[in-house]
Amino acid sequence: MSISLHQISKTYKGISAVQDISFEVKPGELFGIIGPDGAGKTTLFRILTTLLLADTGTAVVAGMDVVEDYIAIRKSVGYMPGRFSLYQDLTVEENLQFFATIFGTTLERNYELIKEIYEQIEPFKTRRAGKLSGGMKQKLALCCALIHKPKVLFLDEPTTGVDPVSRKEFWDMLKRLQAKGITILVSTPYMDEAALCDRVALMQNGRIMEIDSPKKIVEKYPKAVYEIGAGERHKLIQVLRDFPYLYSVYPFGEYVHYTDSRSDLDIPELEEYLKANGLTGIYIGLTEPTIEDVFMEMAKE
Amino acid sequence: MKRFIGFVKKEFYHIYRDKRSLFILFGMPIAQILLFGFAITNEINKVEIAILDQAKDATTIEIINKMATSKYFSINRYLAAESEVEGVFKEGKVKAVINFEKDFGEKMVKRGQATIQLVADATDPNTANSITNYILSIVQQYNQSINLHQVGGPQVLTQTHMAFNPELKSVFMFVPGVMTIILMLVSAMMTSISIAKEKELGTMEILLVSPLKPFQVILGKVVPYILLSIINAIIIVLLSIFIFKMPVQGSLILLGAESVLFILTSLSLGILISTIAKTQQTAMMISLMGLMLPVILLSGFIFPIGSMPLPLQIISNIIPAKWFILIIKGIMLKGVGMAFIWKETIILIGMTLFFIGISTYKYKIRLE
Repeated sequence: MSISLHQISKTYKGISAVQDISFEVKPGELFGIIGPDGAGKTTLFRILTTLLLADTGTAVVAGMDVVEDYIAIRKSVGYMPGRFSLYQDLTVEENLQFFATIFGTTLERNYELIKEIYEQIEPFKTRRAGKLSGGMKQKLALCCALIHKPKVLFLDEPTTGVDPVSRKEFWDMLKRLQAKGITILVSTPYMDEAALCDRVALMQNGRIMEIDSPKKIVEKYPKAVYEIGAGERHKLIQVLRDFPYLYSVYPFGEYVHYTDSRSDLDIPELEEYLKANGLTGIYIGLTEPTIEDVFMEMAKE
Repeated sequence: MKRFIGFVKKEFYHIYRDKRSLFILFGMPIAQILLFGFAITNEINKVEIAILDQAKDATTIEIINKMATSKYFSINRYLAAESEVEGVFKEGKVKAVINFEKDFGEKMVKRGQATIQLVADATDPNTANSITNYILSIVQQYNQSINLHQVGGPQVLTQTHMAFNPELKSVFMFVPGVMTIILMLVSAMMTSISIAKEKELGTMEILLVSPLKPFQVILGKVVPYILLSIINAIIIVLLSIFIFKMPVQGSLILLGAESVLFILTSLSLGILISTIAKTQQTAMMISLMGLMLPVILLSGFIFPIGSMPLPLQIISNIIPAKWFILIIKGIMLKGVGMAFIWKETIILIGMTLFFIGISTYKYKIRLE
């Protein structure tokens, strides 16, 4: 196993940050930790990167114990913290050179690994890192985390605050890195990114609620999900909340996702109900459940 | 080693690109030395005094002439009545009034004594004190000079010699003090800020998850500031020699070595501060409040330690600056060698080791 955690718990000033976490990541896997802010993702990452000590439990990264072999782990993992943590007053090139030097390597030696990513930021190599756009910063940070050819890569919310196009590019890069045999543990608050991982752990309030491949997680979802659209989305949600057979409703993109408490939804009946409540431009259609639906369902429990 | 050099190089980029701290680094020493040297001075020089001469005879005129020809005073005002004294002080220019009693010369001859009243503006007590001392000494000289001509009883003559600073230049006192403050500030504040900066911006997180060992990070932070502080010390010594004509009586090499020692003491203090401070702001506040004030107030730089209340005298012993000021005053002004300052040197070495010890103990290999 590349990463394995066994009943890890950590408490901050009396508040439990992560509780009883156990899971394993296979070599070469792209494993996602999905959860909202405050779920405990960052704490988990810091325990695995030897930055924090867990109160109880054990964890092993690349075959090494995070407490005993912390020095060895620090040499062989790549870590990209949630906050942009490069030197803003150093240029792109200087940052990269610096990280190469402190990891005892050179830009040239591992150029192959970062080539594709670096080529995109190379035109700006003399620009100070602080003056790069969000997407560029992430690419540079990824390059810096990869410069020493780590066995395991830890990416804590790498796409937060990055525009959708750059996010997509970023995930394509992760896929290519995975193909080169690097194990990747990535966290994200964006549910749509979960589908891009091999396996995901759904996390909330310091606990893991479910671990499986995104496909299986969605398949397990027991209810039919309807997407409903209307002129006024806000009013639509309020009206639906008063519908007697409602099971759940929450906004999803330009629509709302609705599940019914009965096994079969009577679409015309619901349409009538909505019209009666003064809504116009109504659209009701069956849709595939997503990770987000699963997550909302689990969070409800 | 390559890693270490890479780290030091990065530190120099930081320092060089941050124009503001670069200005503090080199602008402050020069500004402070010039300020303390020229502007802030408690020397008496052409102080305005006023005369209230109610006798206007040969004797009083002779005394007044002596005052006027000394370089310490300038006499521009002559008052007519005692009631004017207060008004003159309120205007603020005149710092002292010399009041000769009526029939001054006549009384001198007839009774053998006459009285001068000396009124000084004591809103600034130090200056008032110095002025009265200077006037008294002029009067005394006059006394002695008339006694030489007359045959009188036996008398004690005083001969004063101001050793190590014959002209009583206050810059001689300020240069060691300013040098101490600046080395302390640059070394302790700048290092503690630069380490706190890594924590604040989150880069410490990455440095921790790297093969760099903690002592390499610390040492990498410290080396650039050792170099900069040495440059600063050299600038200060050159300024004091060439602009203020301050002599360096002792060995320049010893002075240099002791300065490096004090720089190391300050740097270790800076590292200690950085183990506590999480943000640049806190690091700066701790350095300013915890270092600047004690250095200025308790090190003997401005206020003599001997005249402090006992508790403060005891506290002053734990301030590294106190010992360094003793050392450089000894070397620069008295020209003493190691034989006279070994005790202070050992204390500084001890303090340095102590600070480094606690910092190593407190240094975190993890985030909390």
